[in-house]
Amino acid sequence: MIEIRGLEKYFGALQVLKGIDLDVAKGEVLSVIGASGSGKSTLLYCINGLEPIQKGSVIVDGTDVHAKGTDINKLRQKLGMVFQQWNSFPHLTALENVALAPKIVKGKSKAEARDIAEKQLRHVGLDDKLNVFPSALSGGQQQRLAIARALAMEPTYMLFDEATSALDPELVGEVLDTMRLLAEEGMTMICVTHEMGFARDVSDRVAYFHQGVMEEIGPPEQIFGNATSGHTRKFLANVR
Amino acid sequence: MFDYNFHWRPVLKNLPDLLGAGLLTLQVAVLAMVVGIVIGLALALIRMHMRGPLYWLATGWVELARNTPALFQLFFFGFGLGAFGLHLSPFAIVLCGLSFNCAGYLAENFRGGFQAVPETQLRAARSLGMTAWQAYTRIIIPQVFRIVYHPLTNQLVWAVLMSSLGMLVGFRELSGETQFFASRTFRIFEYFAATAVIYYVIVKIILLASRLLAARLFRY
Repeated sequence: MIEIRGLEKYFGALQVLKGIDLDVAKGEVLSVIGASGSGKSTLLYCINGLEPIQKGSVIVDGTDVHAKGTDINKLRQKLGMVFQQWNSFPHLTALENVALAPKIVKGKSKAEARDIAEKQLRHVGLDDKLNVFPSALSGGQQQRLAIARALAMEPTYMLFDEATSALDPELVGEVLDTMRLLAEEGMTMICVTHEMGFARDVSDRVAYFHQGVMEEIGPPEQIFGNATSGHTRKFLANVR
Repeated sequence: MFDYNFHWRPVLKNLPDLLGAGLLTLQVAVLAMVVGIVIGLALALIRMHMRGPLYWLATGWVELARNTPALFQLFFFGFGLGAFGLHLSPFAIVLCGLSFNCAGYLAENFRGGFQAVPETQLRAARSLGMTAWQAYTRIIIPQVFRIVYHPLTNQLVWAVLMSSLGMLVGFRELSGETQFFASRTFRIFEYFAATAVIYYVIVKIILLASRLLAARLFRY
């Protein structure tokens, strides 16, 4: 379970998160929507400790992410992350991209790491690209590679930071399909997204962020059909 | 000039000595590169990530190495330190001088290399649970190395050619050895012409080796 309490985050003098309270239960798929600059991506970075926070707390399975003495590298193994700019490692083949972290972070043997990598690449439909370098993959394939890479650490949670925003329109579908597949398998997911169709169809809950505040959270039917906040309604009217 | 008679015999007779000196040249240049890479990498990282005295030391190093004649840098380790009673061997003088110079140039190469690798690569590596050390050694530095590889080759070539300044501090590397034989036999033109060819061959070998190595190292 991820428990966020009174989370405040500043970049210099600019406050980007203004006291967020949010619980995400195991097995839940939460979509986070909102305009650019509303703080939704920063929220993900605060959850896995890539960004320090100024106030409040983020607790993952009982461990305070930002507390002194927390083994953040160990904790991050539970929190798979997929980035907007897929960030595949260009000097490694698809297989090596996925196998590296299990090998050096988890201490798996070479053969074990290879097995894990092959399994996850098959999982995302890249089993014919094992020995291909990322430069020879399309954006959609690179993003699926990034998903496989995160899954290879056998995380409890998956954080998606606008995983489809940088893709050509015709490649969005294959990545969303992969994310849907994960959701169906019961993965706990927090998806920062601009894909309203995905948010509506796949999520258990949708959160709307506005200028660093979580304006509204609820089941998709409520957010998309009967939003209580004027900001939410305005945002949704504009994106549709 | 046109009635000059070439005498190649003394050159041929001393060719083994010249080739031996050529090896010494290669040796000091490669060593200077190794030292230069280690220090240059450190200087680049210090300049990117630190403030205070270390930053200023690193910046001063880079500024001096890049903006003063290499010869003066050699003289510093020879006559400069000598004036303070610290007498280095000619080999050590040249090694120190070249290393100092290479480190300064390489520091800037590395800095450019680090800046060319997107910061998000580090985030992606850390998000997988890698320590900063793992992220740097397995993800960042291999990419930086690829970016600076050809500039690195250039620097090695430059170090080989620059080591000829060693003859001015009494080092019997290729140029020093040539000077020694030339002044003994007065076949100055022949000796330096032969030596120029040896330098050329050394550099060509380096470039070829570098290209072969690159083909093996860089698969992407």
